[in-house]
Amino acid sequence: MSNSKKYLREEIIRISGVNPKKCMRCGKCSATCPAYDEMEYHPHQFVYMVENGNIEPLLESESLYRCLTCFACVERCPRSVEPAKLVEAVRLAAVRKQGNNRMTANDVPELIDDETPQQLIVSAFRKYTK
Amino acid sequence: MKFSYFPGCTLKNKAKDLDIYARKCAEVLGVTLEEIENWQCCGGVFTTAKDEVATKLSSVRILKDAQKNNLDLVTVCSACHNVVKQTNYAMQNDAEFASKVNRYMAEDEYNGETKIYHYLELIRDVIGYDKVKECVVNPLAGKKIAAYYGCLLLRPNSVMRMDDPENPTIIEDLIKALGATPVVYSYRNECCGGYVRMESPELAVKKSNTVIESAKKAGAEVIVTACPLCKYNLEKSGCDIPVVYLTELLAEALGVKEDTNE
Repeated sequence: MSNSKKYLREEIIRISGVNPKKCMRCGKCSATCPAYDEMEYHPHQFVYMVENGNIEPLLESESLYRCLTCFACVERCPRSVEPAKLVEAVRLAAVRKQGNNRMTANDVPELIDDETPQQLIVSAFRKYTK
Repeated sequence: MKFSYFPGCTLKNKAKDLDIYARKCAEVLGVTLEEIENWQCCGGVFTTAKDEVATKLSSVRILKDAQKNNLDLVTVCSACHNVVKQTNYAMQNDAEFASKVNRYMAEDEYNGETKIYHYLELIRDVIGYDKVKECVVNPLAGKKIAAYYGCLLLRPNSVMRMDDPENPTIIEDLIKALGATPVVYSYRNECCGGYVRMESPELAVKKSNTVIESAKKAGAEVIVTACPLCKYNLEKSGCDIPVVYLTELLAEALGVKEDTNE
């Protein structure tokens, strides 16, 4: 593994507080994920890809923006690996990069209607924008 | 009894019924909710990343203000509750994070001392269902109501500790106390699609429809929630039964519901 790959892996592990080595590959996280069908890489794949330092494909993947942060995978993981925290750490690594904001304030007017709760706008911003 | 109260941004705007009736019903039940002064938005979602500090400061300030008032804190919105409670847990259990946060704080240190109740917990643990039953003037007899927990109230249970995350009863118990019949269905603790609605409405519609269909199949006539985003997502997905806030239901039973349409 190259030094930059190693560093990114350590960073994702440090930010998320997750230890992917605890995973026993049962697949329960992906089985319970409500966004499974929408994802190119599924929660269990995030776990072993981070463990192996294979993070670049995840950084480029739309899967980062399909996770609902509903914590179903966190709740139901028998080993307390908490995959959603890894997805969040990789997403942050992606949007923290200069020019990589997924959403800007200019995008908002077209995406909302008269009933849109403020909660939706601020939540989306927390997820998609740095 | 008096509690510090954090309504949150949506409750001052698109979800006024969640706020107004929370206060009114609390008064009927013998509790005063004193709004925190100059609060800021919690941010809507808790960022689990350990190195996110600035995004969590508004929640810490809310918690710290409650401590200064010497009162426990009450929240109503599911999202606010989740964010504030997870932030408090991090302040208690993550020394590095707490130390970074406290460098932003002008006055004394804060280390997660404030106790937080969601409105449902306030009713169950402080007021009690017996007191609610005593105060009901308009029992919702015969009404079949589906409790929609969604994800934010229950998970992660290691932090939220509200109820059994897979088989909760806290909303059903309140429905019973109001004289109505709770409808239990399998998708009551599944996600509505949440903030993904913003850029992938079709995914939110799919998720919300699964919840609606599951509730209707079990015989629900009304769906009750504590989350403005759940309500919005269900309604925008063409839900043909009413979706109401739990405080509206409570206000109806306690006889303090009025027409708040502006």
